[in-house]
Amino acid sequence: MASKVQTVTGTKPAQTLTNEEILRYSRHLIMPEVGMDGQLKLKNAKVLLIGTGGLGAPLGLYLAAAGVGKLGLVDFDVVDFTNLQRQVTFGTSDVGKPKSQAAQARLSNLNPDIQVQAFETKLTSENALELFQDFDIIVDGTDNFPTRYLVNDACILLGKPNVYGSIFRFEGQVTVFGIPGGPCYRCLYPEPPPPGLVPSCAEGGVLGVLPGIVGSIQAMETIKLILGSGDSLAGRLLLFDALGMKFREFKLRKNPGCPICGDQRTIHKLIDYYEFCGVRGEEAPAPNLDVPEITPREFKARLDRGDDLFILDVREPHEYQICNLQGHLIPLGELPRRVHELDSSREIVTHCRSGKRSAEAVDFLRKAGFRKILNLKGGILAWSDEVDSCVPKY
Amino acid sequence: MAVRVMIPTPLRVYAGKRDSAEFRASTVGEALAQLTGEFDDLRRHLFTDEGNLRSFVNVYVNGEDIRYLSKEETPTKDGDTISIIPSIAGGNSR
Repeated sequence: MASKVQTVTGTKPAQTLTNEEILRYSRHLIMPEVGMDGQLKLKNAKVLLIGTGGLGAPLGLYLAAAGVGKLGLVDFDVVDFTNLQRQVTFGTSDVGKPKSQAAQARLSNLNPDIQVQAFETKLTSENALELFQDFDIIVDGTDNFPTRYLVNDACILLGKPNVYGSIFRFEGQVTVFGIPGGPCYRCLYPEPPPPGLVPSCAEGGVLGVLPGIVGSIQAMETIKLILGSGDSLAGRLLLFDALGMKFREFKLRKNPGCPICGDQRTIHKLIDYYEFCGVRGEEAPAPNLDVPEITPREFKARLDRGDDLFILDVREPHEYQICNLQGHLIPLGELPRRVHELDSSREIVTHCRSGKRSAEAVDFLRKAGFRKILNLKGGILAWSDEVDSCVPKY
Repeated sequence: MAVRVMIPTPLRVYAGKRDSAEFRASTVGEALAQLTGEFDDLRRHLFTDEGNLRSFVNVYVNGEDIRYLSKEETPTKDGDTISIIPSIAGGNSR
């Protein structure tokens, strides 16, 4: 279905391009599918990007390059060193800068003829409707379930399309929600997973090129919506498997019983999405395990004293290769069937990267009868910070 | 009748790192029962304690959502592909 986007009115739409713009966009203008009319539609379009990270990088770059007249960038985060592996808007010199501002500088440099507005703020139920009001299309490139449901609901309440993309390790999902008569995110997934059941990108990792591909597909869908041409992904979920290099497509239907876009709507305003998703924070909190701990400094002091401590590393073999404390490696998932490798009469210090998985291991081993067992608080990350900075953090 | 079940990336860790598995099954429910019978950890990720499919997991037969067919009673035939599609949220994170 070719879907027309209702444009936000207010300012007078541009009727012409400057000679410089004609030169800049000449490869668009010579295509009948874009042409002068299409390029003017792009110039008059207003697109809001939620998140300027992995997906936001190709989105921002391509939409700015294509001449989308007004781009809004919502992000409250700062550029981190580990972002540079995939968030190609940013350079090494941007580390520590607010993402929305660094992206604004990059995109304005790429195309000074467009207006790029940075919103250095967290998207909330309080500010979403006001922020979305001034834009024609919202593009969801965020990283957590509460914000995804918030973006969906705000788009439905305001009648704006939501170009959706999400990624995990080497797999991506893309579609367009919020087209009149089409499905929304709640039609696809009525409820989010409970916290902790699905690992986050920070835990699971993500292949750096993947957001580049998925974000580029989102950029393409956004441009098609603006031009009003082609077959939109609305009503179709595109699944991309980068390892198998396969694209598969699934039918999406509008759920007549959907609480926000269905016949008997029960949601009429934005709600508390952290409560809805059962989380109070950015990521699913670690399971609240009360296990005995040892701090990295105490651990170091005891090792220096020559105490007999057995070090158990419950990370994965590929993590052991990055760095290790010369512990005995048993990945958490293999612990139940390899528990015989451990001597319960010796004192054991268990560790992982951050202390979360090892807390689960300590909990499991205590239930299995181990008494002299401690969790290294903060894991290898804390060991690197507090004891030995030669150990790399990842 | 061999039916292929595609296992999504986030759930492969609970399915012996397999990306798919084949079963002889005449309904979606039968195929999923065999899958979770083989991989017990997968069961709690796909089904609630009451045995219902979790609402953040969608199941498709050849591209069609079983919610709009006959749910777990949806018949399957030789060569069909069942896809399990859980919601994923990644995109911007550290």
